[in-house]
Amino acid sequence: MTDLASQTIEKPQPSAARETVIRVRDLVVAFGQTLVMRGLDLDVYRGEVLGFVGGSGQGKSVLMRTILGLVEKRSGLIELFGQDRDRLSSAERRRVERRWGVLFQNGALFSSLTVRQNIQMPMREARHISARLMDELAMLKLELVGLPASAADKFPAELSGGMIKRAALARALALDPELVFLDEPTSGLDPIGAAEFDELIATLQHTLGLTVFMVTHDLDSLYSICDRIAALAEGKVIATGTMEEMLACEHPWLQAYFHGVRGARLAGARKPNDMRGRE
Amino acid sequence: MATDLDHTARLSSRREGETARFALGGEWVLADSAALEKDAAGMAAAARGSARAIVDLAQIVRLDTAGAWVIGRAMDELARAGVVVSMEGARPEHAILLQEAKFRPFEAPSRCRRLLVIDILADLGSSVVSAARDAYNGIGFLGEFVAAAGAALLAAGRFRLTSLVYHMESFGFRSLPIIALINLLVGAIVAQQGIFQLRRFGAGSYAVDLIGILVLRELGVLLTSIMIAGRSGSAITAELGSMKMREEVDALRVMGLSPIEVLVTPRILALVLSLPLLTFVADMSALFGGLLVCWVYEGISPAGYLSLLQAAIGRNTFFVGLIKAPFMALIIGLVAAMEGMATRGSAESLGRHVTASVVKAIFMVIVVDGFFAIFFAAIKY
Ligand SMILES: Nc1ncnc2c1ncn2[C@@H]1O[C@H](COP(=O)(O)OP(=O)(O)OP(=O)(O)O)[C@@H](O)[C@H]1O
Ligand SMILES: [Mg+2]
Repeated sequence: MTDLASQTIEKPQPSAARETVIRVRDLVVAFGQTLVMRGLDLDVYRGEVLGFVGGSGQGKSVLMRTILGLVEKRSGLIELFGQDRDRLSSAERRRVERRWGVLFQNGALFSSLTVRQNIQMPMREARHISARLMDELAMLKLELVGLPASAADKFPAELSGGMIKRAALARALALDPELVFLDEPTSGLDPIGAAEFDELIATLQHTLGLTVFMVTHDLDSLYSICDRIAALAEGKVIATGTMEEMLACEHPWLQAYFHGVRGARLAGARKPNDMRGRE
Repeated sequence: MATDLDHTARLSSRREGETARFALGGEWVLADSAALEKDAAGMAAAARGSARAIVDLAQIVRLDTAGAWVIGRAMDELARAGVVVSMEGARPEHAILLQEAKFRPFEAPSRCRRLLVIDILADLGSSVVSAARDAYNGIGFLGEFVAAAGAALLAAGRFRLTSLVYHMESFGFRSLPIIALINLLVGAIVAQQGIFQLRRFGAGSYAVDLIGILVLRELGVLLTSIMIAGRSGSAITAELGSMKMREEVDALRVMGLSPIEVLVTPRILALVLSLPLLTFVADMSALFGGLLVCWVYEGISPAGYLSLLQAAIGRNTFFVGLIKAPFMALIIGLVAAMEGMATRGSAESLGRHVTASVVKAIFMVIVVDGFFAIFFAAIKY
């Protein structure tokens, strides 16, 4: 992967005028009697990498699934690319779905297809891509996510946990989407693999203007590639902001998260302002 | 302002003596891939005979990995044709992308073609081998089950009563309504056909003999077994198969627990206990269906029906069906458990094994029923 440190690229500046790709207002989600989201607000801007943190079982995956339309919401507003999800016709919704790629927490690869076929699945649906280009693009995606060519014809059951993550990312990126949802992309990867993963996301953000909604517990990822961080607790977003703002935040859970044993070690080791690609 | 022109991929070529100049513009993205590939293929033709080619990317508005790949591929083709290719005007982010998605040849997936005849013969051979292997594994599995069941029955502490009762409820109790219903209908249909055919010989009341013997000896147990193979056999295969897929079976094994003992034994025992009970219910409801039809069509009163029935059948007729039931249950349970345990990692494999479980179980039930018929005839029971 290209070394971005040597390149000077202007990052899109955060400004009030930036387009909102995902806008969530006053979202309420419940399973039976238990409320998981209690009036949650969230904005994701075009071209940014948003890191989403929160304790286990706080509902990060549920929020992602609700935005994707896999979980019914009780009430609230979800806007995707500026359109209210509830008002979209099914054809419009399909068009929106073509514009995003999703990496599920457990990969969710189709178990009866090989890795290559998994990656080609969304391409096949697009219908106009020639067989040769599909084969080549599948192999290119595979290489970008750091899988060996020999993995192409393996079935998901024959892959390791980390390889499943990579293959699932390759599938999420198959159509060069504008927006990708990543649920804990670096869990289960070795540190080198995780760093490459971060690098790949950063490269794609710079070159394709990719918007990334990333649920992660990986403090390294949060430090190195996330432009903004949102923290979830008690069914609400308790804080959003850059890493510096999060570090300065008073909330006890955030204090524990970022200044705990692991967080403190990282914060000490790398000052936020000498991070790669940061202004 | 974005105009329409910006949204389509554009390519213009110009010759300057020995140099071919290509100016690329618009959006080079996957959504337009057919046009991109055509444009890119045209580049090789346009540059024929020139010594140098310059690819100008300054006008490109949007580029994704597919676009970058197609451009890279075209440039590689030019280079291999002996043209010196250079790139200019690319924005920094596009340059990175072109670097990342630089053309490299990938081995095309091997799609080896063989003779159809050979494929058919190979298929035939492998199904014979797998049938033999099934029989061999089945016997092994039966042995494992008997050992585990024996151990569980001997050591009372290892007997999983809760699990047994739970499975008896789901395999036995919950299939009562459907078993009773289909047997009632079949009993009624057999009675109706019997009456209409036998009436021609003036022997309409012999329909009761027909119903009694046919239902008790064969139909009750056969219909129940087939129904349970479809309903509970498939459930067992699906449960065990998905547990196998998600490594739950492996988790049991590494805890020092035997999957056969924990998962398979209670299910098969539950089937073995439930099926005779269900067969009894099936027999009774089929006889009741016969009673209703005889009453309506032939005017035989319920009391008359019962006395005709008593004359027609002996206790052995009743037991012939019931004796078969536990064996049928054992076959269904073993086949279902074996297929479940044979499931590999994919959803497709699970589907295949569930189908195989039901088909094999029904086939075996009918074959074994035939052997029982021969056996009971031989011992004149
Ligand atoms: N289908 C469901 N039915 C009932 N409750 C559910 C369902 N899915 C999730 N939950 C509950 O919602 C809460 C949030 O779950 P979620 O999977 O979003 O957690 P998470 O924040 O992603 O945790 P982790 O970091 O461990 O992945 C949990 O308490 C979970 O029990
Ligand atoms: Mg989760």
